[in-house]
Amino acid sequence: MKFVKLTASTLAIASVASVAAARDNVQVAGSSTVLPYASIVAEAFGENFDFPTPVVESGGSSAGLKRFCEGVGENTIDIANASRKIKDKEVTACAEAGVTDIIEVRIGYDGIVFASQIDGPAFTAFEPADIYNALAPKIVKNGELVDNPYTKWNEFNGDLPDAEIMAFIPGTKHGTREVFEEKVLAAGCEATGALQAMLDGGMSEDDAEDACIAVRTDGRSVDIDGDYTETLASIGSNQNGIGIFGLAFYENNTDKLKVATMSGVEPATETIASGEYPVSRPLYFYIKKAHIGVVPGLKEYAEFFVSDDMAGPDGPLAEYGLVSDPELAQTQEAVADEQTMGEGM
Amino acid sequence: MTDASMPSGGKAAPRKSLMIEDARTKRRNAAEKRFQAYGLAAIAVGVFFLVVLLWSILASGLGAFQQTFIETPIYLDEAKVDKKGNRNPEEMSKTTTFGYAPLIQTALWEQVQAAGIETPFTKSKEMKALLSDSAAAQVRDYVLSHPEQVGETVTFRILAASRVDGYLKGRVVREDLARDKSIDAEHLDVVDRLVDAGVIRKQFNLDFIVGADASEKRPEQAGLGVAMLGSFYMMLVVLVLALPIGVAASIYLEEFAPQNKVTDFIEVNISNLAAVPSIVFGILGLAAFIQFAHLPMSAPLVGGLVLTLMTLPTIIISTRASLKSVPPSIRDAALGVGASKMQSVFHHVLPLAMPGILTGTIIGLAQALGETAPLLLIGMVGYVATNYPDGLVSGFMAPNSAMPAQIFEWAKRADPAYYERAWGGIIVLLVFLLTMNIIAIILRRRFERRW
Repeated sequence: MKFVKLTASTLAIASVASVAAARDNVQVAGSSTVLPYASIVAEAFGENFDFPTPVVESGGSSAGLKRFCEGVGENTIDIANASRKIKDKEVTACAEAGVTDIIEVRIGYDGIVFASQIDGPAFTAFEPADIYNALAPKIVKNGELVDNPYTKWNEFNGDLPDAEIMAFIPGTKHGTREVFEEKVLAAGCEATGALQAMLDGGMSEDDAEDACIAVRTDGRSVDIDGDYTETLASIGSNQNGIGIFGLAFYENNTDKLKVATMSGVEPATETIASGEYPVSRPLYFYIKKAHIGVVPGLKEYAEFFVSDDMAGPDGPLAEYGLVSDPELAQTQEAVADEQTMGEGM
Repeated sequence: MTDASMPSGGKAAPRKSLMIEDARTKRRNAAEKRFQAYGLAAIAVGVFFLVVLLWSILASGLGAFQQTFIETPIYLDEAKVDKKGNRNPEEMSKTTTFGYAPLIQTALWEQVQAAGIETPFTKSKEMKALLSDSAAAQVRDYVLSHPEQVGETVTFRILAASRVDGYLKGRVVREDLARDKSIDAEHLDVVDRLVDAGVIRKQFNLDFIVGADASEKRPEQAGLGVAMLGSFYMMLVVLVLALPIGVAASIYLEEFAPQNKVTDFIEVNISNLAAVPSIVFGILGLAAFIQFAHLPMSAPLVGGLVLTLMTLPTIIISTRASLKSVPPSIRDAALGVGASKMQSVFHHVLPLAMPGILTGTIIGLAQALGETAPLLLIGMVGYVATNYPDGLVSGFMAPNSAMPAQIFEWAKRADPAYYERAWGGIIVLLVFLLTMNIIAIILRRRFERRW
């Protein structure tokens, strides 16, 4: 029983030690898409201010927001990064744990691109309808809704190469997946007439929308739960593979990947900023207002993040691949005023 | 009577020389030869894969120990860095790194022009692609700590951008540059000339071993040093907790505990724990240490506690084995001359078992040092290892990473330059593991007694 006693006393010592230590650095967690930007800001913040460099962890938007909503106190994170807007459900969960005043900060936009092996078949131009025809479980053929029979891209669009359908898409825990479903699959569903066919077939509108964003399960579409590096590795070992990446990741790996246009628009910071390129999404971070003034450097970090030097169109974030927000000035003002969600939004 | 040993009936088999194999012996010998060949083949396959592994690690990782530097004299313009002109570091710190970047670009541009290099570039700003973003921070730190140097020209050794470094290491080739936003072929022409002029040089990079992690935009600056300290503090926790707890538990179980169902149950469970996947300990650590005991996230203390749980079974099993290997006659002799049970254990059995215990502990520590999975769950992966701990308490409590977690993080990052650093990190980690194993072998060789 010595073992139990010793372990118990160790625990006791350890918990005493934790009370004594005060936290003096900002802690951030959340989306792995926002992580590179947050780390760039954190690094520059550490260099230019007298505060220690903030700690940025990844883990995904949902995981980050869950930790954010655990409560208020030194033991909880100060900022959650998210590649999507916080959900009402999460706001409620936050409020129940005592996290009531949340400041929402939109840092800019991120493009989602379709890319394939540089020496692979010529996947150079896609329409949402192509992606839907390739990946949906049910498609419209000859005016009828049938189980997806296609195995090659050129079977439904003669302009596409004669190559097996093989796609690596982000898993459901990624914020990217939601954008892909909403902006590509759902759009393709409507464009191919599948949505109308489903509604005509007697489906309710909600059911039809859900059915629109489903993907086929016969192995031609593979969910990638890891990071983009995993998708890159899958593409590398599969000539016909199409992968979904963030614009910044693609721009760092142009020697291995070639990108496809979507609806005829090439993904680039300019086309995303102007809204021409359809598959993009805003990136956010959320601040616990209760921690401002308690955790040193928190507000300074947030202000520094959205400053023109960092998030502006010529700043290092834009250089890395972030599409800067045209309404940045407004965001700067909101952060300076510590405007919480629900006020003036 | 000799006939009796002969096969009965028919003609007697001719007596053969022992030197001539009969068919059965031949088969047996052939079977043995075959078995030896299988064994050799197995070893050859193992050695082949080891060589391939080591070769690929060294080939991909050795580059990380060298880095491309640019040596350039920078004029510390008073109008830029000290606008008030009073050399007060506090006021000078208002100029951020963004204010310093143009100084460095101008310096390099002037150097390019002075060297008579023909380029299509016309602005100093276009030198940005060659320079690491870290240069501005380096110059700024220097100016703030040497305010008297403002207005002088000081020669700095600054990091080149990761694309330039990749070009010198053969990772970035001109054919791939067409769609690369970061750098153009014209930049590489300038790089070639600057290499000839001795301005750009590849040198040993100590910062890779002792430095802190860097953001995704500057792989050239990233180092393993802070993560190494994190690993060090974690190992300290593991050693201080796992060794006494493990040894005490095994001495009690081996020497004092009565043999009954309860101790049997405990023994079975210890063996089972040794086989539990390490990620399970991570979940346990998250629940017990962080959510229940409210220890801080990402702290090496928590990492150490989790790894202690993981290492304990290893240490207990090896300690018990080495206690068992001490012959009972030693105990009997001690008891016979009047020692108490405890005296016999602490004066005789334990010292004799010590080499085995230490070997087991070091092997356990080496295993813990290379463990990543449990650390994922307690927040030690990410952009974490950035600040050097400024004391013992912050060493244990301040957020930090660990060597294997840092390698994992680097392997995930988008910039291909980080890939090389991940391999380099593996080399450093392997050196540590090898050293620990060698120490364990030396201890065993020197102090182990055979009976």
